[in-house]
Parts: sequence; structure tokens; C-alpha cells
Amino acid sequence: MDNRQKEINNLKDYKYGFSTDIENIQAPKGLNEDVIKFISNIKKEPAWMLEFRLKAFERFKVLKEPDWQKPKFPKIDYQDLYYYSAPKSMKDKPKSLDELDPKLLETYKKLGIPLQEQARLNGIAVDAVFDSVSVATTFKDELTKQGIIFCPISEAIQNHPELVKKYLGSVIPTSDHFFATLNSAVFTDGSFVYIPEGVRCPMELSTYFRINASNTGQFERTLIIADKGSYVSYLEGCTAPMRDENQLHAANVELIALDDAEIKYSTVQNWYPGDKDGKGGIYNFVTKRGLCKGKNSKISWTQVETGSAITWKYPSCILKGDNSVGEFYSIAITNNHQKADTGTKMIHLGKNTKSKIISKGISAGSSDMTYRGLVDISSKAKNSTNYTQCDSLLMGSKCGAHTVPYIKNKNSESNIAHEATTSKISEEQLHYCQQRGLNPEEAVGLIVNGFCKEVLQQLPMEFAVEAQKLVGISLEGSVG
Amino acid sequence: MKEQLQKDFDNSIKNLSLSQKDIEIKKFCLENFIDKGFPNRKEEDWKFSDLNQIIKNNIGELSFYNDQTSTNKVDTSVFVDGLEHNKIVFVNGRIEKIDFEYEKKDQIEIIDQSETINEFKNSNSLSDLNNAFTNKCFKILVKKGYQLAKPLIIYHTTNSKIWSKNINLRLNFELDKDSLLRLIDLFNDTSEKNFLNIFYNFQLKENAVLKNYKVDKFENKNIKYSFNNIDQDKNSISETFILSSGSNFFKNEINCNLNGVYASAFVNGVFSLNNHKHHEIRSIVNHLTENTKSYQLIKSVLDDSSKAVYQGKIFVNSDAQKTDGYQLSRAILLNKESEFNAKPELEIYADDVKCSHGSASGSLNEDSIFYLMSRGLSYQQSRELLINGFLLDVVEKITDSEIKNLIKNMIGIKE
Repeated sequence: MDNRQKEINNLKDYKYGFSTDIENIQAPKGLNEDVIKFISNIKKEPAWMLEFRLKAFERFKVLKEPDWQKPKFPKIDYQDLYYYSAPKSMKDKPKSLDELDPKLLETYKKLGIPLQEQARLNGIAVDAVFDSVSVATTFKDELTKQGIIFCPISEAIQNHPELVKKYLGSVIPTSDHFFATLNSAVFTDGSFVYIPEGVRCPMELSTYFRINASNTGQFERTLIIADKGSYVSYLEGCTAPMRDENQLHAANVELIALDDAEIKYSTVQNWYPGDKDGKGGIYNFVTKRGLCKGKNSKISWTQVETGSAITWKYPSCILKGDNSVGEFYSIAITNNHQKADTGTKMIHLGKNTKSKIISKGISAGSSDMTYRGLVDISSKAKNSTNYTQCDSLLMGSKCGAHTVPYIKNKNSESNIAHEATTSKISEEQLHYCQQRGLNPEEAVGLIVNGFCKEVLQQLPMEFAVEAQKLVGISLEGSVG
Repeated sequence: MKEQLQKDFDNSIKNLSLSQKDIEIKKFCLENFIDKGFPNRKEEDWKFSDLNQIIKNNIGELSFYNDQTSTNKVDTSVFVDGLEHNKIVFVNGRIEKIDFEYEKKDQIEIIDQSETINEFKNSNSLSDLNNAFTNKCFKILVKKGYQLAKPLIIYHTTNSKIWSKNINLRLNFELDKDSLLRLIDLFNDTSEKNFLNIFYNFQLKENAVLKNYKVDKFENKNIKYSFNNIDQDKNSISETFILSSGSNFFKNEINCNLNGVYASAFVNGVFSLNNHKHHEIRSIVNHLTENTKSYQLIKSVLDDSSKAVYQGKIFVNSDAQKTDGYQLSRAILLNKESEFNAKPELEIYADDVKCSHGSASGSLNEDSIFYLMSRGLSYQQSRELLINGFLLDVVEKITDSEIKNLIKNMIGIKE
């Protein structure tokens, strides 16, 4: 019991809340063309990339910050942010892990992400992003043998410009919404994955994001291309130090699946959620979009959202190819003063397309949870089906849970089914568990895990265990 | 449009005996409307039905001035046969007849309330338009303990003598303690291309029961908007049934505030659409106190290039523990051009609640058709049988058997 208590006490506070004291290079504060040129310059980008950024910035200038979402937040001063921050030691890229700043290695060790390849993490290749730059990518050789490209996107721009040029912005164009456009203008780093035709990626690919410097926005961009008949499973994890001010994280993720390809994208998001009174925390405004471009392609999003002060994201699938499949599995947990407005968009364009949405929301404390989703079956998407299920669980009388689905059916041969329920853990369920010797907290943990099981099953093994623990931790102190 | 509005407004005020203050209020409403215009797609509540565009495409320029000085002839052939009922008859937006012949005269009071204006939460620029142009507004008060013996039918009729393109109506109802009102709204239009803008306000006191049936059955080329605001006290019950079928465009909005404990609200609707029709039901049930209940069932059958929209919202306030809210919308699309859009929304701030919604849309079940055909029915017969059964489900929810039969006959559903 003592041990368990100790463990709980350890976990109760955000355990990734430390910051690393490391020397940084930063772009001048503020957002203007010079800063964009600075970023482009420091990354030694070709001219077309700078053009891409400036085009996005032109568009950004006329856009207004959207305000339709449920969680309101104080106005962000975009001129008061640093748009580029990198550890100084990264200026001249280290050739190997041995040259990496030991402080960085230590940080990742603390986070439980071993960058040394000998400390194998069950064969997962990791790309670690620290503030604005990617610091290390593991298992490169093994992947290269199969023709797989897995590298920071800044490297891909140098080494594989033809691929980047072709696909970057093809799913999230520079003319998209406010935060996506901001990202297009100032994105600093992120991961690039290309799986060649017919290759089944032998290991899980993973990116680990960490915001360290204060007053920095993190704008990473991930681009994953699965060529014909290939398969890849990709994981994403994130943490940030505890700080009093709110920090902005506006990432763009683009997935492209060609004929018969499959992409599985899993996220465990655990940004710093702010303290018990709702002070500080990350604003997580992310644009994630997948394009099932080819026939029989499949994109599957799985997310466990436990962190961030405000989460605002809708991983979407555009089902363009015939017979393509889109899936979305989500657990969103909010506690204390956290707010989440999350869901998905399934846009059916091709024939015989299928989509499935399973969303589980749990709100506790004084938090607010919204599921917002769109299912749009166009008139050409013959014989398509969608199934949506969103369940919410409320714990405590001060929290809110909302469901806002938009359902559009323009094809008589297609079927849409949508179900949603909202309830609390029933007294009977609790009583049953307690009768069998569980204490109230364990009982709630058990019931919540059962509630989330459908989604947790979708996660790769190592992540599932972590996520299950995370679910428990996020709800600590909400029972009683 | 602005000059037209201003001109028609000046004309209509001239004929009214209003105090200076009332004129000021009406002017203020007019200015509000001019400022905002007709609701359009940019407004969240009108996302699926851009009224501004619909009016432009179907009617073109509107005119607003209605000469209320001369009477219209009441066409008695529109009256419902075989059901004894009280009547209120609107012809071209003017009240021509109020007749409570089956009721005790001292139990119902009709009060002129033309000077008051609508102030609803959740409303839009159309309430400003309504306020600016309504001429006469009555409040019908059903006194304590009185239960109307016969239903009241409100006939909304228009004919070719109509003055303006736009008609604004308003009625208020107050149901005192333990009273009961059964109300049928029957739409019967022979005019073309008009925009009807109707506002009802109901106040239900303790134990009061309101049953409102809105029947838009007859083919017409008009555009209609109807807004019902229902405030409910302790133990009161409201039942709303909507048959949405005849008009070119019809948007029904029901806004229910469950203010008293054990109050309950039922909203049921049927869309049966063909051609280019575009109909919408938007219902908002606000559970504001504990132990309240709501139930909503909407079914649609859509043929040709018709379009139906259902926006339903269950709002549960943080005080409203033990709420029971349920919402289901189902649609059958018969034609590849038809379209069904739904936005079933839950907004919940209390934890001890049971709320759920479901929405499904798709084609007729081929297996069911096969089953029926293998038993000797033709394809057409099987199809009709299935559609009948599908819609009957909602009609069966009508609690008043007299009216249930009337409506069944009207839409030709056989058992």
C-alpha cells in the first residue's frame, strides 16, 4: 500500500514538468517576413520552400482567429512569441548520437525515451523533436535498407525535395484555416516518413515532441507518405515543462495513403495541462488530416488526449479513393480546468468508402469536453457507410460534456448511423466493485478502463500500457 | 430591400392606433432587422438552410405592407369535417374569425396584446421583422382548471387577394394551472411565393397540458418559418407534433424551457418530402431544473431532390440533475438526389443525467423489400408498406386518439 501511495503521489503531479537548462538560439521575437526568412535561412532551405512559407504568411495576414469553438481563451499575442528556438549545440548538426549534447540525452532519458540504439525500446525508431528542431533519429540504417525514409522534415527538404515538393501542402494547403496557415508559414521541424511501394515498415516509427523554452510556440509539421501497398504504424508523444504562462502548440500533420496502403497514426498527448486552478498549460491547436488518395487505402487515427489546457483538434480523413477506409478512435480526458474540443471529420468522396468513429470522453473536476464531428457523404460516394459512437462520462457536478455532430447524407445508397450517450458511473456499478473488495478509486479506475477499452485496444502494445496508466493518473483525485 | 422595408413600415404604422412609445419600439426592431437582414448560412443555426438565399431564389424581392382595414372572405370549405372544433381563422395574415363555440365563455379570455413585443432567447432577426410588422396580437388565456372540450384549429390560409409578399403573425397563449389545450395548426395556401413568419409564445403553468399539432400537408409554393417558445412550470406537459410536407420551404423551431420540476416535453416530427422541397426542424429543449424529461423523435422520407434538416439540441443546466433526455432522428433517402442533414447536439453540465441521441440515414432496406415480395407483394406495394410503417411509428406517438385519426386520414396512412 505504501508503495502504491508513493507511486500515486509521484504521479499526481505532472511528472514531465521539469525543464532543461540548455543554451538556446532563438529567432527574434514576433512574427514578420524577416522572422520567416530567418527560419528559412537557418535551415538552409531552397527558394521554393521560402516561397511556400511567404505565400502562407500572406494568407495568414488576412485571416482572423476563429471563435466558434467551445473553449474560449484569452487572445494570443502572436507578436509576443518566439517562432524558433533550438538548442545551441544543434547549430552544427551532430554527426552521431555520441556528439549529442549530454543534457539533451538526459532529458529524453528522464522522459523515458532512450535515444541510444543499444537501449532498444522494443524496436521502435524514434525521432525526437526538442522545441523547434529534431535532435535525433534512431534506427536510421535499418530503415534505409528497406528504402524507408524517416528523418526530420528539414532534412527531407534538403535530401528529398521532389517528394516534399509534391506532397507538402497537398492535404493541408497554405490557404487553410488560421492555425494551419500559421504553421505553414513558420513551421520549424517535424518528421518526414516515406514508405516505398510494397514495403511493410518493420518497426513502429515514433516522434517525441518536447517544448522546453518558455514563450515559444511549437510549430511542427509531419508528413507521412505511404506508397502503393505499403504499411506503417506511427506513434506520437508529447510533453512540456510546467510553466505559468500558456504556450501555443500549432502543428500540422499530413498523411497520404496511395493505392492499397495503410497508415496507422497513434497519439498519446500529455502536454502540461496547467495546475489545479487552471493556470498555465499548453494550447494544443493541431490540424491533422489524412488523404486516402488511392483505391483500397486506409487511414486510422487513434488518440489518447489527457494533457493540454485547451485541446482543439479534429484529425480527419478524406476518403477519396474507392473502397478506402477511415477510422477514428479517441479517448479524451479532461480534469480540473482543462478544456477539450475534439472530434473528427470523415469526408466520403469515393465509392464504397467506409468510416468508423469511436469517441470516449471523460470529464471530471471543472472541465469541459466537447465532441464535434462531421460525417459528409457526397452524392458520388455510392454505397458508403459510417458508424459513429460517442459516449461521455461525467464525474462531478461542475464539469460539462457536449456532443455536436454534423451529419450530412447526400447519397441514397449510403448509410449513416450515429449514437451518443452521456451518463455518470452508476452507483450500482461502484457498489458491485466495492463489494468485491476494491476501494472507490480502484473501482472507478476499473470502470473507466472498461469504458475506454474499445479505443485502448487499437493502440500498439507499448503505448496501450502507457495510455492505460495515463488514464488512471489523469483522473486521480476526481473521485469522492 | 431597405427602401421597401422603410416605405411599407411607414404605411403600416399609419393605419395603426399606436402610442408614440410603441412606434419607437417597432422602429427599433425594424432597424435591427435592416441591420441584420435575413438569416444566412454564416449563422450557425442556419448553416443548412440559407434563408436569405432561399427567399432570393424563390420569391425575389419581398414587400411587407399589409392592408388590414378591409376584411377577407373566409372560405369555409377549408374547415375540417367530422371533428367538432373551435376555430381561429387567419386569412392573408389577418385574423378574420375567433370562435370558441364549444367552450364555456367565461373560462377563456382573449386579450389584445398588440403593444407587447417578442423577446425570446435563441431567436434571430426574424423576430425583429415580426415585431416590426405584426398588427394585431392576441393572447388567449385558458383559466385555472379549465380543460377545453374540443380542440382548437388555427387555419392559416392565404388566397390570391394577398397584399404583400411577407406575412407576420403572432399569438400568445397562457395555460393556467391544471388547464388543457389541444391546438392544431393547419396550413392551407392558395397564394404563391409568400413568406410567412409566425411566432407563438406559450406559457404553461403548473400541471397544464399543451398539445400542439402542426400540419403542413397541402402542396404550395410558399416559404414558412414558425417559432414556438414554450415555457413550462412544474408538472406541465407539452407535446408538439410536426407534419412537414406541403410547402416549398418550412422551418419549424421549437424552443422549450423546462423551468419547473417534473415538467416534460415531447417533440415528434415527420418529414415527407418530394420535388425540390427543403424543410427543417430545429428543436431546443432546455432542462433548467431537476427531474425534467424530454423525448424527441423525427423521421423523414425524402424523394426526388428534396432536402431535410434536423437540428436538435438537449441542454442540461448544472442544476438539472436527474434529467432524462432522448432524441432520435431517422431518414430514408429514396432518390440519389435527396439529402438529409442532421446536427443532434448535447450540451450537458450536470452529472446525474441520462441523455442519449441517435441518428441514422440510409436507403430502404432491400432485405425487407425482398421479404415482402417473396410473400406476394409487388415492389411498389412493399415499398409503400415499409414507408407507411416507418412513419406510423411517429404518428402513433400522438396521445390524442381523435386527432391521431384525423392526421392519419390526412396523410393517408393505413393501419
